[in-house]
Amino acid sequence: MSDSSTTAPSTSARPQRSRLSSIIFILTLIALIIGVSICNQLPAEHPLYVSNYMVTLLGKYLTYAILAVAVDLVWGYLGILSLGHAAFFALGGYVMGMHLMRQIGDRGVYGNPDLPDFMVFLNWTELPWYWMGSDNFAFTAMMILLVPGLLAFVFGWFAFRSRVNGVYLSIITQALTYALMLAFFRNEMGFGGNNGLTDFRELLGFDLRSDTVRLGLFIASGVALLLVFLLCDSILRSRLGKVAIAIRDAEDRTRFIGYRVESVKLALFALSAMIAGIAGALYVPQVGIINPGEFAPLNSIEVVVWVAIGGRGTLYGAVLGALGVNYAKTWFTGAFPEAWLFALGLLFVVVTLLLPRGVAGLLKFKRSSQAAS
Amino acid sequence: MSTPDPMTGPAVFRRDKVFEFLIPKQVDDLDLSHGTALYLENISVNFDGFQAINGLNFYVNTGELRCLIGPNGAGKTTLMDIVTGKTRPDTGTAWFGQKINLLRMDEAEIAQAGIGRKFQKPSVFENLTVFDNLELSMAGTRKLWPTYRARLSSETMDRIEAMAGTINLLSQLYAQAGSLSHGQKQWLEIGMLIMQNPVLLLVDEPAAGMTHQEMDRTVELLTTLAGDHAIVVVEHDMDFVRALNSPVTVLHQGSVLAEGSMAEVQSNTDVMRVYLGTESSSC
Amino acid sequence: MSLSLHALQRLIRAASLLTMLAAVCSFHTASADVQTGIDELDGLFTRFVEGKGAQRTEALDALAALGRDDTRELLTGILEGDLMLHKETDTIVWATAQGREYAMQSLDRQNDLGSERKRKLSRLKVTNRLRGHLRSLIASLGLRSDDATERLAAIDALMETPEALPDATLQELLGSETDKKVSAALLSLQARKLALSPQPEQRLQALSTLGEDLSNDSRSLVQTLAENDSDEAVKTLAGKIARDQAAKVRLYAKAETVFFGLSLGSVLVLAAIGLAISFGVMGVINMAHGELIMLGAYCTWAMQQLMPNNLGLSLLLSIPVAFLFTGMVGILIERSVIRFLYGRPLETLLATFGISLILQQLVRTFISSQNVPVANPAFMSGVLEVNSVLSLTLNRLYILAFCLIVFALLLILLKRSRFGLEVRAVSQNRSMARAMGVPSSRIDSLTFGLGAGIAGIAGVALSQLTNVGPNLGQAYIVDSFMVVVFGGVGNLWGTLISGMTLGIANKLMEPWAGAILAKILVLVFLIMFIQKRPRGLFPQRGRAVEAH
Repeated sequence: MSDSSTTAPSTSARPQRSRLSSIIFILTLIALIIGVSICNQLPAEHPLYVSNYMVTLLGKYLTYAILAVAVDLVWGYLGILSLGHAAFFALGGYVMGMHLMRQIGDRGVYGNPDLPDFMVFLNWTELPWYWMGSDNFAFTAMMILLVPGLLAFVFGWFAFRSRVNGVYLSIITQALTYALMLAFFRNEMGFGGNNGLTDFRELLGFDLRSDTVRLGLFIASGVALLLVFLLCDSILRSRLGKVAIAIRDAEDRTRFIGYRVESVKLALFALSAMIAGIAGALYVPQVGIINPGEFAPLNSIEVVVWVAIGGRGTLYGAVLGALGVNYAKTWFTGAFPEAWLFALGLLFVVVTLLLPRGVAGLLKFKRSSQAAS
Repeated sequence: MSTPDPMTGPAVFRRDKVFEFLIPKQVDDLDLSHGTALYLENISVNFDGFQAINGLNFYVNTGELRCLIGPNGAGKTTLMDIVTGKTRPDTGTAWFGQKINLLRMDEAEIAQAGIGRKFQKPSVFENLTVFDNLELSMAGTRKLWPTYRARLSSETMDRIEAMAGTINLLSQLYAQAGSLSHGQKQWLEIGMLIMQNPVLLLVDEPAAGMTHQEMDRTVELLTTLAGDHAIVVVEHDMDFVRALNSPVTVLHQGSVLAEGSMAEVQSNTDVMRVYLGTESSSC
Repeated sequence: MSLSLHALQRLIRAASLLTMLAAVCSFHTASADVQTGIDELDGLFTRFVEGKGAQRTEALDALAALGRDDTRELLTGILEGDLMLHKETDTIVWATAQGREYAMQSLDRQNDLGSERKRKLSRLKVTNRLRGHLRSLIASLGLRSDDATERLAAIDALMETPEALPDATLQELLGSETDKKVSAALLSLQARKLALSPQPEQRLQALSTLGEDLSNDSRSLVQTLAENDSDEAVKTLAGKIARDQAAKVRLYAKAETVFFGLSLGSVLVLAAIGLAISFGVMGVINMAHGELIMLGAYCTWAMQQLMPNNLGLSLLLSIPVAFLFTGMVGILIERSVIRFLYGRPLETLLATFGISLILQQLVRTFISSQNVPVANPAFMSGVLEVNSVLSLTLNRLYILAFCLIVFALLLILLKRSRFGLEVRAVSQNRSMARAMGVPSSRIDSLTFGLGAGIAGIAGVALSQLTNVGPNLGQAYIVDSFMVVVFGGVGNLWGTLISGMTLGIANKLMEPWAGAILAKILVLVFLIMFIQKRPRGLFPQRGRAVEAH
């Protein structure tokens, strides 16, 4: 936060609030979606051909990018370092996974038309009440928003009203996702325990294993990222966004000029959780499995690192971070599996020490120093 | 004590009284018909054995400019904390006008009811521009959705620019507040305070870090504001207090030691003993 | 007829004895005679193998009376069928089944005699009556053993069939017994004998002794008396005693739960207390704390590798070694990373998390990604038996004590030493402390090193309880933070009380909720608690807090 003086040359002209970077980002994203879609249709020997494997990989990265935007919204702009956002992501994923399980119908190993395989295996005779309605896509779509949103709302309601702040908040968000992880590991919870939900077949009647559907999911993820970006951008550009930054920088002062800090935090935190839920819901059909491991505290912290590396406080920075780090992860785990944790660990240290504003901050700094000279 | 409690009015059954949280907050109830903006009565605060405020009674009339002085630890800042809802007193009552019970409200509600505050240490939003700082503090809606939908009209732009001119920051309107000098931040905070258009202004050490010319302008600004606004100024700089030429209240060990004009207070023997005598502090 | 046969056999035996006495090297004189390789045993075994009825019993009695070191072993061998007769040579041997053959050993176990097909050997015939006799012989041999544990074992063996022991022997043993435990066991044996007696008075007398003893056997005996006894008085008294015993058992079960809770709590406190220092005193969120614990546990392993023959000493030595090693690692982390991040707790959280990943991967790469074996020295394994219901495992007891000692030392260090004074000064007002001449940056390093060193010590303790692997630390990090936050940051006593409370709460809930659900419930409780009291059980007060 101390680098503000370098980025703000005194000026009397009203600046265009970095609208340019948003436009560039949106255009690039659209170009990426269209480009990948077209290149995927090329014959396999074409140099620009993008394989189906790559499409799914990119689709997965895009859902991570949505999650990163969600984290950036509350951390970069509101100062809430959530170490539990993977929980909202996983909850959205589980809601989607439940729907996909129901879509299997009687094609499971046990051929039970109503019960997913793992329930038959546990000798359950009927669906638990919380699985009701999961066969309906519209209902599922609603729950993808509601379940993470409601959890975040209830959690935030208590936390923000009693003014749990900073590190304390981070620690209890971590405890939240840890508790959820332990809970979902239990078979009695009715979510498949250790193994989670998997063996999905189709979504809305489309075969999840077909290449076209995979491309469709990639495009859906891209569009979702675009919409989420536009929504967050419009909020951050509005007066509400300035209030958020005001809260981040001087919470008490914001209160003393009459803003309900709790309400702003609660609204944006719940919104952020819903966005994370959407990301999770798009992630699950692409990777084909959701299990309690997604709740692991490490996952949440990893998301924070994407945002930190990309540059918190800039939405496109969060997206860049998510894509870049995950690409690096895929590459490393392929080329030097041993070295990935070293690399990730070093990234954490180097970014916090040397790049407190991330890659985006580096870009910004370059631009403003060019403008100054 | 003497004012009726609006919460326990006539014993008529009203639907909105079923749950406490359903009762509409009493923001629009400001009633200054008796000519007194602030009533603090019998207030006591104890911090872990340290008696910060001790049976304090303090009144501010509407439109009045009042100076609050006293040695360090006399309870000046704590008093402001109580009025703005940051600290809850152990005993006593605090009323804003006739109908608003400050002790039942949180900081945001108190601010919306019309009490503004400038902190001892300048506190502005460093990563926002001067313009944004002024825009956020401008009186208006504080609700979420309207805040999201809020658009700048040319009228509000003009108001903000006018204020920037008043506080001499027009040339830095779009600079980040964090890049301002200490004195400029003081000015910005005063500007933000005025943009809130509060009924009661609490100003903690406005002159700290200012040059003499700036101090003169602050005095001028505060005296112009008085009349429309009730103002309480806490200040250590006696020249500044003298220049304001207003009634002075001296706090000592958490209660009022003396009240009156600067000249009266200065000749008060208790005050002389506190400031010059054996227990004098470094003021 | 049979008598004359006996006489004949005796004659033959006498002859063979004479031959043996006469000649050092024995050769096969009479096919009926049995060889054992031990002079004094030949006759006895011949009598046992060839003899009939009372003769065989006498032979056993004589064997028992010999008082050899291996008497019990031999008697047991006969009872269990491990001693066999090699038909060709008429030799008694120890036989161990190996597939279709028996491996044979001489009776004194000095010589291997090769192996032989199964049908070439025959078991020594033991009737049921003899079997009972053998058992009581073995038991009474044990009862008179010089070793108290052997005596106890012998008494235990008799608990099922107390009537096998004659009253007179019991009285004699009771009179001569000096060991407390053994006397107690004898008394309860006597009570069991009495409880089975036909006289109601004796049964009543037995009940008073049985009531004192909470072992399963005696409780079920009391229960049987309460349900089935023919005498009303005995029945009523037994019922009352049974209820008393049940109440006591419940009480001891509670005590055991509390002990388990305290033991879990001490682990939590050990894991959290280093964190309490770096977080509470310095405001640094050290996510690598778990990995420092892990390194401490690996120090124990390394010490055991260095001195595999002296586990006890290596464990004791690994305490200072782990403290110094992880302390150094801590100081290194502080100097290289954390000192650039003071006042930015969230950044320290991220950076130290990166360090934790690096440390984990270092261990995986240079040691192993698998768990490493860490042995428990003999003094750590064992049980402190308070009574037959409540027994405390020694390792948990030691760790509880260890935790309290570490806590006390730390408290003394921080409250009584110059270093502690400087640490507290820096934590309360850094610039003022510096103005007073406290070298604040050195104090920072040392404080962080202290926290890290204590993490290492915690690792030594944990190595005795859980598996030691690269993921050891991760399991404790969330818990440790919860302990610190629950107790109130910057308050060591708070950490102690909160760790113990959480440990006990966890264990109290486990019986009805299960281990995982109990843990979830504790976490949920903590989340709600922090929302109610964001600064923990024992919050720090004063103006300085606002700055955090």
